[in-house]
Parts: sequence; C-alpha cells; structure tokens
Amino acid sequence: MSIPSMVGPELEDSRSKSKGLRVVDCDIHPSASSPTELAQFLPEGWRKHLGTYGARMPNQPTSNVVPYPRMAPGHGMRMDSWPPNGGFPASDLEFMREQLLDACDIEFGILQPLSGGSLTTNQELGAALSDAMNEWQLEKWTRKDKRLKAAICVPQEDPASAVATIERYAKDRDFVHIAVPTRTMEPFGRKRYWPIFEAAERSDLPICMHAPATGYHCNTPTGWVSYYIEEHVAFAHPPQTIITSMIMEGVFERFPGLKVVLVEGGFAWVPPLAWRLDSLWKRMRDEVPRVKRPPSEYLREHFWFTTQPVEESERPSDLLDTIRWIGADRLMFSTDYPHWDFDDPKRAFKVELSEDDRKAIFRENAVALFRLDEK
Amino acid sequence: MSRHVVAKVGEIPPGQRKILVIGERRIGVFHSNGQYFALLDRCPHQGASLCSGMLFSLVDSSGPGEYRTSRESEMLRCPWHGWEFDIRTGQSWCDPSKMRVKTYPVSVEPGAELVKGPYVAETYPVAVEDEYVLVEI
Repeated sequence: MSIPSMVGPELEDSRSKSKGLRVVDCDIHPSASSPTELAQFLPEGWRKHLGTYGARMPNQPTSNVVPYPRMAPGHGMRMDSWPPNGGFPASDLEFMREQLLDACDIEFGILQPLSGGSLTTNQELGAALSDAMNEWQLEKWTRKDKRLKAAICVPQEDPASAVATIERYAKDRDFVHIAVPTRTMEPFGRKRYWPIFEAAERSDLPICMHAPATGYHCNTPTGWVSYYIEEHVAFAHPPQTIITSMIMEGVFERFPGLKVVLVEGGFAWVPPLAWRLDSLWKRMRDEVPRVKRPPSEYLREHFWFTTQPVEESERPSDLLDTIRWIGADRLMFSTDYPHWDFDDPKRAFKVELSEDDRKAIFRENAVALFRLDEK
Repeated sequence: MSRHVVAKVGEIPPGQRKILVIGERRIGVFHSNGQYFALLDRCPHQGASLCSGMLFSLVDSSGPGEYRTSRESEMLRCPWHGWEFDIRTGQSWCDPSKMRVKTYPVSVEPGAELVKGPYVAETYPVAVEDEYVLVEI
C-alpha cells in the first residue's frame, strides 16, 4: 500500500518525457501579457490613435472579442494553459517553455501571431500594427529563446506596404515566414497580391496562411453560421479557394519558387479537391490557358499543410491513404498551442506512421521549408 | 486490489475534487451531490489531465429549439478538447462503447472501523471519531 499525496509541480508526468521524437511545431500562438503591450511598439501617433479609436477589424466588434465565442470558460484556450503567474495563455515565455517547448521536446516553434495589422480595416494603422507585431516577436520571443521563429506580419490588402515590410525583415533569420490570414479581401490568386508573391519568392520565405477568427468575408460562402462547431468546420473552406484561385490565376507559372503553407485548415479534403480540379481542367483547359499542367501538379509542388487538428478517420487506414496521396513530404506537425484544440505530438496521430514519414512530418519537412538549419 | 484512504469526509467540498497519486497512478476523487467518484486522471483521447476539467450537467434535447439539463455536475469535460465523460461510469458521452476512462470504487467508512484494519499506518492519519473516503485500486 502506498502513500497518497497531493500532486505538486515536482511530480514528473511520464507522458511528458521525450520519447526521442524531435519536433518542429508549426503553429504556436504567442499572446501579449496585457491589452496595451503591443501598443508599446507603435510610434506615438498610432499609439494615441489606437487608444482613442481602437483597431477596427471586419466582423469583430472590439479587438478582444471573437465573432464566435468559444469553449467558455477558457476563451478558447486549453484550460491548463493559463499561466500560474497570471496573464493570458502563451503570454509567459517561462510557462510556454515548461508546458510546450520542454514538455513536448520542441526543437523549433514557428510563431503564428493572430491579431495585428492584417485584418485592420484602417490599412495605414494595419501597416503600423504589423510592424509593431514584428518588433514584439523579436523582443518578447525569438531573441529570448532561439527555438522560436517569427512571422513577418504584413498588411496584405496594401501590397506596397506589405512588400516594404517583407524587405525590412527578410534577411533576419529570426523570421522564417510571411503571415497572411485565409479570408483575404479578394481570392488570393488575384494580381493585386502578386507583389507580395514576388517579394516572398525573392526572399525564399514561405507564406503561411492561418485560419483566423475574423476575416474580410463571412465564414461560409452562404453567410454567417449559427454555431462555433460550424465555424470550426468552415476553417477548411478558404484554403480550397486559395488553392484553386492561385492555380487558375497562373500564380505558379509566374512565381515557380513560391511556397504556401495552409495552417489549421485540415488536409483530408486535399485529394478530392485535386481530383475535381484535374477533371475540370481536362474539359475547360482553354479557359485558363496559363495553367499549363494538371492543377494537382501545382498543388503538390507549391502547397504544404499543417496537421492540427489531425483528422480522426473511423478506419485508420483511410488516414494513411490520405497521407500517401498528399505526400508525407507535404505535411508538417503543429500543436496550435495554447488553443483548446491543441494536438500533443505523442498522441495526435491515431495511426502508426512509418519511421520515415514520422521524421518527415514531425521535423524534416519544416526544417527544409523554413530553412531552420541555416544560421 | 488495495484500498487507500484519500481524504477525510468534509475535506472535498461538494462539486470539488482532489487529485492525488496512488502508486504510479494519478487519480481524481470527486464529491458530487453527497456521493464520491474516482477516475484515472488521464483522458483516453490525447492524455490530458482529465480530472482537472470542469463538471457540467448533461445537456440534451428532444428536438430543435429545445434543450434540457440533467445529472447536475456529473459530466466531466476534458480541459483540452472538451470530450465529456460520465463520472459514474467513466464512459464517453459520444462514444460510450469504445472510449472510457478507468473508474475506481469509492467508499466512506468511519475511522473507528479503519483503525482495526490494515489501512492506517501507511496512508493517512485516521481519527476514530471521523469518517473517511477510501478508493479501491
């Protein structure tokens, strides 16, 4: 008979120990410790503007409220991710180290900041907020922990400003991608966005497109849905429009080095989308003569997908078939920390991956794409 | 099988829980409406600390536009992905045949009985005049 004791922080959970799985986490959402923290990185004029008028965002009444309140209490966060010393989840580096980076043996963590300038309707303020977000990532995260890598946040609806921002940060290897939300103002293949593609290709940085809570359009093509469960499913819709638009507009013929990562949009829908695109292209190829090859070829060459939330197919073999079709070289592991739908690297996949696929998905694809082995 | 004194009656207020370690297991002991329940503190889905989750009523509906609640504070919701488990049976609400968390028998006994038995010395200081919660592992 043993002596029961209260669980204290000193208790080592055997599940949290590394099992030799080196992991790159492609979706970490850092947060500010206070509502005014980010404003400290703004020039005084914009700081005053923000204090007086706020940051107006499409379909979001104020910057602290999401259109679809989620998983309360907890504000859509893992319930155990609220830092013991106070503040918002993922606002405390020490606690992030303890709960995520060390506990899950994360070798590199790719930051995906969600609020900022990309969805601010005042585009000049959006540009200023993007810069503030970029400086904040350096100051608060990447310079303090070399495992963390930043996103170049850009105001994508103002491509000239976006390009200037990319050029300002592209040579700093603390930045490994360009962040753009999925619900952009126009289909993302349109020419207005091409200067961003040119800058991304020139600097050899992938564009990561994350499903945001807000965006320039309704969360589904037929309007606002009733429930959060519907919105969560709808995260998979814009990525399909992005793929279709970018291929049909001929983006990859013009920018053969462009790389796009679709973050948190799921991936099981990729094979049937590709089949549909290919069969339609065979019938209507002459409508889009700039598309010289079957659409699925562009898809396989230019798009990557993060895994969280890993699809949980009824028959495990169905998920393996899906992975085989997409290619294990196109999937990259992500946790979505600190959000409630977090995936634990040791438990996310309900199927047994081959050793090669496991290494590719959990580490090697991301190391190569984000050039994490370069100093 | 062995029995372990885990708390004095009154130590865990109604609606609260105590998470403790017995041997190699983390166990959550819940006090709900005068009854006690014990579950393994590991969600069968992705391994989160299930017993840190919140207790809710069961929400049900007979059709669109209607809902009702029952079983107050008897559904345990995982702090990560929100899966619901019945604290009486450990069964998952959505997948009761395949997905369940291990439960353990709990009993309440007077200290006067316990001092006679083999439970006292290694476990928990027991006073004859009090009552105790025991979990059987």
